[in-house]
Amino acid sequence: MDERITPEVLKTLYSYYGLDQPLWVQYIKYLKGFLTMDFGRSMIYSGRPVYQLIADGFPVSARLGLQALCLSIPSGIILGTWAALKRSRWQDNAAMVVSTLGVSVPNFVVASLLQYFVALQLHLLPVARWGSFSHTILPTLALAALPTAFISRLTRSNMVEVLQQDYIRTAMAKGLPLFRIAIVHGLRNALLPVISYIGPVTAQILTGSFVIERVFAIPGLGEWLVISINNRDYPVILGITIFYSSLLLISIFLADIAYSLLDPRIRAAHRRHQHE
Amino acid sequence: MNDTPSECPNFTYLQDAWIRFNKNRIALICLYILIFICLMAITVPMVSQYSYSAIHLELKNQPPSWKFWFGTDDLGRDIFCRVWWGARVSLMIGFIAALIDAVIGVVWGATAAYFGDWIDEIMMRISDILYTIPLLLTVILLTVFMGSGLKTILISLAINGWINMGRITRAQILQIKQSDYITAAKAVGASTGRIIFRHLIPNALGPILATATLTIPSAIFTEAFLSFLGLGLQAPLASWGIMINDGISAMEFYPWRLFFPSALITLTMLSFNLIGNALRDALDPRLRS
Repeated sequence: MDERITPEVLKTLYSYYGLDQPLWVQYIKYLKGFLTMDFGRSMIYSGRPVYQLIADGFPVSARLGLQALCLSIPSGIILGTWAALKRSRWQDNAAMVVSTLGVSVPNFVVASLLQYFVALQLHLLPVARWGSFSHTILPTLALAALPTAFISRLTRSNMVEVLQQDYIRTAMAKGLPLFRIAIVHGLRNALLPVISYIGPVTAQILTGSFVIERVFAIPGLGEWLVISINNRDYPVILGITIFYSSLLLISIFLADIAYSLLDPRIRAAHRRHQHE
Repeated sequence: MNDTPSECPNFTYLQDAWIRFNKNRIALICLYILIFICLMAITVPMVSQYSYSAIHLELKNQPPSWKFWFGTDDLGRDIFCRVWWGARVSLMIGFIAALIDAVIGVVWGATAAYFGDWIDEIMMRISDILYTIPLLLTVILLTVFMGSGLKTILISLAINGWINMGRITRAQILQIKQSDYITAAKAVGASTGRIIFRHLIPNALGPILATATLTIPSAIFTEAFLSFLGLGLQAPLASWGIMINDGISAMEFYPWRLFFPSALITLTMLSFNLIGNALRDALDPRLRS
């Protein structure tokens, strides 16, 4: 303990942060705080409450994340379906090279290369910071790269499997156009595992955003978390982590519900299970 | 290849897989690239005349030249030398993490699946709980106790990195457990350990190997990601994450400081991913001709 702090100041600080009470009292108080989104106060930014930081940072991260999801889900599905339809031909190989690259290039490398070529060399878009829509384009692209690659691989492998099913053969035998078979019969079944991936992908996009927000100097929740980690600002670290975890749980839960609503087989299995 | 039941099935299976792996040109090239990267990571730090940490301010930010192949950074350190020190760190983390994950995951998953019932239930719930612990939180907490560094990263990776492997092994074993030859082995009185280690695990080897290979790039990425955020290795140690973080701040004037570590980490992760995918295809018995 620093000797320049007088005992009175120390005592005031202790009672301000509730550190003079026994551990279990502190713990119960902390747990009670969760119910009202009260995670205590930052230890570095002169008593700013944690929920204030979350309320400031989350809309920024959420906008970035939603833009990235809106970009990556359709493009991943289209790329994957296309690759499956052109299986083992050059289109398939090309699409899989692109998606393997998307999985293999770390997001901070994608982000910095975009910054270097698009912003610094070509002067097309702003290098960093937050403000207009044009500021969000590069971070959105960097954030969308990984989920796009993942979704396209997942869609491709499911689609390849579905296209070998008997009902697809029946549809072929009826002479339906390939496009219709792929969209109406194939995609509907191939997309089920993709839907269950969209829950965790939300989390992936949020964890990815630590790095992206750092590279582009965006004042989002991820940047706050990194700052608080480097400052060892525990109330902020805990508050943001719990916020993220709840978000993750909710999104996985919603994806599970959507899954069982869309797939009658799961509902049937569930009912069988209950009867046993 | 036509194998007769009298031959050792393990041998022909792996041989068959190796033949199919060899047919995959891209995966073979990746294998050569990785061998090259490993050799460079071993030899360059040993023979290089430069050190990864010695500071020469009069030589700072030199562009790539015959003297400094990849240029120098803001403290005059040779980037060529530092990049291969970083490769040592990354490869070591990748291989150790994959090994730890494979050992814990396979033993855990196999035990849970073999005994089934309530043992399976309890073991899988334990791993579900571990799975919810966010990696960043483990890293932060461990950093408080042990300081940041290699050991901290490895332990945090080990805490829940094996769970994916455990689930895959369990799913495989559950499937194989119902085969007739397992029943036969039980009938002739083979011990539990023998059935698990001689029959179940070797036959589940394909997905296990593929998953282990794919663990390596994700561990490499995690180290770079943590070092990039300042939570991993600390200066003056060289790591690709640290070098990329340094490079980003200087990319407008000294782009080589960003370019070389980025290119190497991408190449390494790409190679491991492609090899992992090729292995998964080659080891998949359903695709066997």
